[in-house]
Amino acid sequence: MGTRVYRAVGGVSLSVRPGECLGVIGESGSGKSVTALSVMGLVASPPGVITGGAVRFEGEDLIGAPYETLRRRRGDRVAYIFQDPLATLHPLYRIGDQLAEAIRAHHSISAGEARERAIRLLNDVRIPNAGARIDDYPHKLSGGMRQRVSIAMALANEPDVIIADEPTTALDVTVQAQILALLDDLRRDRGLAIIFITHDFGVVAQLCDRIAVMYAGRIVEEGPTAAVLEAPAHPYTRRLIDCVPELGQGKRRLEAIPGLPPMVDALPEGCAFAPRCTKAVPDCARGDIALERTGTRAVRCLMPEESA
Amino acid sequence: MGGYIAKRLISAIPVLLGITIIVFLIMSLIPGDPATAILGSYATPENVEKLNRDLGLDKPMVQRYFIWLGNMLTGDFGRSFSLNRPVLDEIVERFGATLVLAGTSFVLCSLLGILAGVVSAARQYGAADKLITLVVLIGISVPSFFLGMMMILLFAVELRWLPVSGMYAIYGGGDLPDLLRHLIMPALALAAVATGVIARLSRAAMLEVLRQDYIRTARAKGVRESRVIWGHALRAAMVSIIPVLGIQAGFVLSGAVYIEIVFQWPGVGRMLVDAILKRDLLLVQGGVVFVAACYVFFNIAVDVAQAMLDPRIKT
Ligand code: SF4
Repeated sequence: MGTRVYRAVGGVSLSVRPGECLGVIGESGSGKSVTALSVMGLVASPPGVITGGAVRFEGEDLIGAPYETLRRRRGDRVAYIFQDPLATLHPLYRIGDQLAEAIRAHHSISAGEARERAIRLLNDVRIPNAGARIDDYPHKLSGGMRQRVSIAMALANEPDVIIADEPTTALDVTVQAQILALLDDLRRDRGLAIIFITHDFGVVAQLCDRIAVMYAGRIVEEGPTAAVLEAPAHPYTRRLIDCVPELGQGKRRLEAIPGLPPMVDALPEGCAFAPRCTKAVPDCARGDIALERTGTRAVRCLMPEESA
Repeated sequence: MGGYIAKRLISAIPVLLGITIIVFLIMSLIPGDPATAILGSYATPENVEKLNRDLGLDKPMVQRYFIWLGNMLTGDFGRSFSLNRPVLDEIVERFGATLVLAGTSFVLCSLLGILAGVVSAARQYGAADKLITLVVLIGISVPSFFLGMMMILLFAVELRWLPVSGMYAIYGGGDLPDLLRHLIMPALALAAVATGVIARLSRAAMLEVLRQDYIRTARAKGVRESRVIWGHALRAAMVSIIPVLGIQAGFVLSGAVYIEIVFQWPGVGRMLVDAILKRDLLLVQGGVVFVAACYVFFNIAVDVAQAMLDPRIKT
């Protein structure tokens, strides 16, 4: 068996404030999910290992923290919402029991109390007839309802941060809009910080205050959503935006970016985007390129796009 | 659920009928006839013919089948000529002993197998996993009767810790400790292979489940790892482990025949072997049908357990 460690994610640094929504955007395989999972030590191991870095939650470093410390934070202070709501709920437990378990993992309350709280949570995420729904199994619910249950589960202990990994990707457009509206309300009402991981610029534009664009396991651009959308500085961001018809400033270029993101085991030296970049210069493939910060924005590129 | 059970019971009827036909055919077609077996090879043809008539063996095969089947449906399995007592009485008595042996083995292999599988999967590629995998491989590879004989040699003959064979001591036995002392070796020998099979499949089922998103969800909720493994994961894995248990129950039941012979256990397996040698047709047929019916009903119970565990199964 080989023991090589492939770098899926490296040098990623993200921060989020209470009540803020940070969008992390990138193609599949860009390392956004791995980043999100590593925050709470949820990267599957084997094969995953975290070789360095820090996750600071209210000043406390969570990477390398003992298992019990992590477990206590998981779901209590930092909660997750995952992509496919059918796969993320346990098929053999009633949703009420799954919700109650989330609460009782962190608070010693009676089963009856937990059940009442679970019903309130289902009401909070606007599931009609929560008192009856609570005894259903996940396969009895629609995709949108299941995702609401997942959100309710994430809210169970009133966390400070919710990490949502493509929470609307598996849903159809109307349901997607409802879920986004729900998340938006929740963060405004409760001062929740949301890290929203997606490949969809449309979703980011609706919900997020700030965005971070990831490519091949690194952040290539970061800044306030409106500013980045209006004047993307990194060629990759620019191309991503052009792919979205409503955002593409009338150009309606639907074709994807030619080429594929590099495999994690075959990262080129220098800028990982160079093979697909139209503006690449020889220097791009030489040595590391730093994430250059100016004001609220940051970009990792030698030839940033002209700001409009 | 009641309707589901009724449906499964009804669907068992053709299976049971098929079993009676097969058993009857095999016993009618094997060489050697009971009259000769009873009277010895020096019997006169007249005596053989008379005995055949008394046993009802002069009638056509189809007619004999239906007489036998009809009688069984009224609870009359016929009379064993070699033992000179009703077949059903003998079966029930012997089956009790088999049930003690096979039942103990089954509980042992289920518990040990699942335990080993879960621990292996939870520590994939760890030291415990490797050790369990090795032991399981050995367990699967050694035939149970050979294992039984080796155990007798070691624990009964050499070390004299345990009795060589039988179910109770001939003098002064008969209580529970005595039974347990006699039971340990045959039960372990019988359970060995099934334990290995169950451990292997449980490990695979657990590994599959541990990859699922809902396990990640449970961890993300902050559920304790022990609960994630023994609760969330094992519960989901049981959906694929339970059918394996059903199949292994069949192997344990059939494997009991060898073990009963090796350990002189007075069960239905040894009874059948004796009955076959004596051409005691009714006893063999009755015994096989009885054991097969038990297996069929056990499997229905397994399916029902499965349906109760998994709400997605339409009942
Ligand atoms: S650093 Fe060079 S190759 Fe990379 S995006 Fe900028 S211009 Fe293109």
